[in-house]
Amino acid sequence: MSEAAIHSEELTALSFEKIKKKQRIISFLKGMLFLMPSIVLFSIFLFYPLVRTIYLSFFLTDASGTPTAFVGLDNFIQMFTSPVFLQSMQSTFLFVHYTVPGTVLIGLFLAVIANEKLKGIGFFRTIFSSTMGISVAAGSVFWLFLFNPTMGWLNQILGFFGMESIGWLTDPNFALISVSVTTIWMNLGFTFLILLGGLQSIDSYLYENADIDGAGYFYKLRRITIPMLSPTLFFVLTVSLINAFQTFGQIDMLTRGGPQNETNLIVYSIYQEAFMNYQYGTASAQAVVLFVIILILTLVQFKLGERKVHYQ
Amino acid sequence: MNMPLSRKLIFYTLLFVSALLVFAPAMIAFMMSFMTNQDIMAGNMIPTSLTFDNYLAVFDRFPLLNYLANSFIVSIVIMIGQLILCSLAAYAFVFMEFKGRDVLFFIFIATMMVPFEASVIPNFQTIRDLGLIDSYAGLSLPYFAMAFGTFLLRQNFKQIPKELKEASEIAGIGHFKFYLTVVLPVAKTSLVTLGVYGFLTSWNMYLWPLLSTTNDSVRTVQIGLKQLQSQEQLNEWGVIMAGGIIVVLPTLILLFLGQKKLQQGLAEGAIK
Repeated sequence: MSEAAIHSEELTALSFEKIKKKQRIISFLKGMLFLMPSIVLFSIFLFYPLVRTIYLSFFLTDASGTPTAFVGLDNFIQMFTSPVFLQSMQSTFLFVHYTVPGTVLIGLFLAVIANEKLKGIGFFRTIFSSTMGISVAAGSVFWLFLFNPTMGWLNQILGFFGMESIGWLTDPNFALISVSVTTIWMNLGFTFLILLGGLQSIDSYLYENADIDGAGYFYKLRRITIPMLSPTLFFVLTVSLINAFQTFGQIDMLTRGGPQNETNLIVYSIYQEAFMNYQYGTASAQAVVLFVIILILTLVQFKLGERKVHYQ
Repeated sequence: MNMPLSRKLIFYTLLFVSALLVFAPAMIAFMMSFMTNQDIMAGNMIPTSLTFDNYLAVFDRFPLLNYLANSFIVSIVIMIGQLILCSLAAYAFVFMEFKGRDVLFFIFIATMMVPFEASVIPNFQTIRDLGLIDSYAGLSLPYFAMAFGTFLLRQNFKQIPKELKEASEIAGIGHFKFYLTVVLPVAKTSLVTLGVYGFLTSWNMYLWPLLSTTNDSVRTVQIGLKQLQSQEQLNEWGVIMAGGIIVVLPTLILLFLGQKKLQQGLAEGAIK
């Protein structure tokens, strides 16, 4: 009697284990079923290209992009000794240096003044976010006219004040700045929208308390708004940095990398090397540099962000 | 909250001046699209007469309707693809428990570090080798899977009470049915947010359509605008601006309608 009971107990324990294992496999398969579409596409269009780009960077290729000869690090050595590429790197970093602080600071200013409870504020919010709906191609066309040497408004305004015309897109001293201004304008809408969202999620109770203590406007801005906004600011900064390194459309529309390669930013340089000169190997080497830059930036930002950002 | 009048005045001044500066490039383009060529060539800032000819000319001389239709199809396809893939993935991360889930989640985060622009060479070769150059599939497929969208929906799905899932399990409702009948309807708002965002960014794509289209049959409106600009560069600014205005109109309308939701949704996905 008791022997039989023990036996059946063992049996149920055993089958229980089995069922549990089976269930675990089933739930794994079910989970994969939901994730499979994303994983497959990420593999084809993201992870494979990553590996393939690194692979190609060690080869010479024919015009269709098939690797023909292994050249080791030659592509990289050639790249880092080429004055054109070094110029392109310098322009890229300068461009980032101009656009990122510009976008974030102006976006922050707009978000702060649009966060007041005033009549008709919705209208201003709509206007400030509008550039998010304007494509790179259309935005470039708009600015292309403003930059026009004779008819453009910018030179007309300069002329009105008796100043000499500027070749906004043709003068090597101005081209990168002109492209940067256009880029800041284009990215303003998105930055503004995110920052305004961040501002609105700050607890109004904090401000009420400060009001009772008689705190002034700028005191509140410095002591409450900016610290409470820091996670959003941090996010916006990361996104702007990564975006700046990936800039392409406005270069293609406004300057095509000129004058004298002044605005030949890295993505445009990759595009030219691969799809105009058919040098897929050296283009891939440049793409690897872009990968590494973005990787380092993201990691550094995560590390710094953890320490300095104030989370609620 | 009552603000003293002087402060109100300062804010309104700042708001007006900023709005004028931010909106000026688009406003000028809008004005020019109704100006005659003589006015523009003479450098007049204020038009002497208004005309609709530029719009007629741009539709007449360019397959603009064709481009618009292509952009609509591609943007809608990408939007739907993203909504399906992101919501499925987000569901798995919130409501399913299985081995390797956290590793997969980390992999999703890691995809955000890989810029599309840098992987464009192999992607072009893949699409070319699959024979998908000049096809809607080639234009849209690389954009279906999206980590940001998955995170955004995951945040929203998390707010659905776990008890609901438990109750449905007892009632014998499976994952897929729960996803379709409970989760998707409840998360309608964030699906709309993601949809608007997906449509906006797809409509505005530049580099990928430039590479993956070679003729007018599937070419999108952004690349059409680039061609318009490079062909007419020297003189007909009115026509170019009319083209530009038509290109931004759908996205601007969408943005104005969905601005509030977009702002809340994006902020949620960004911060939490």
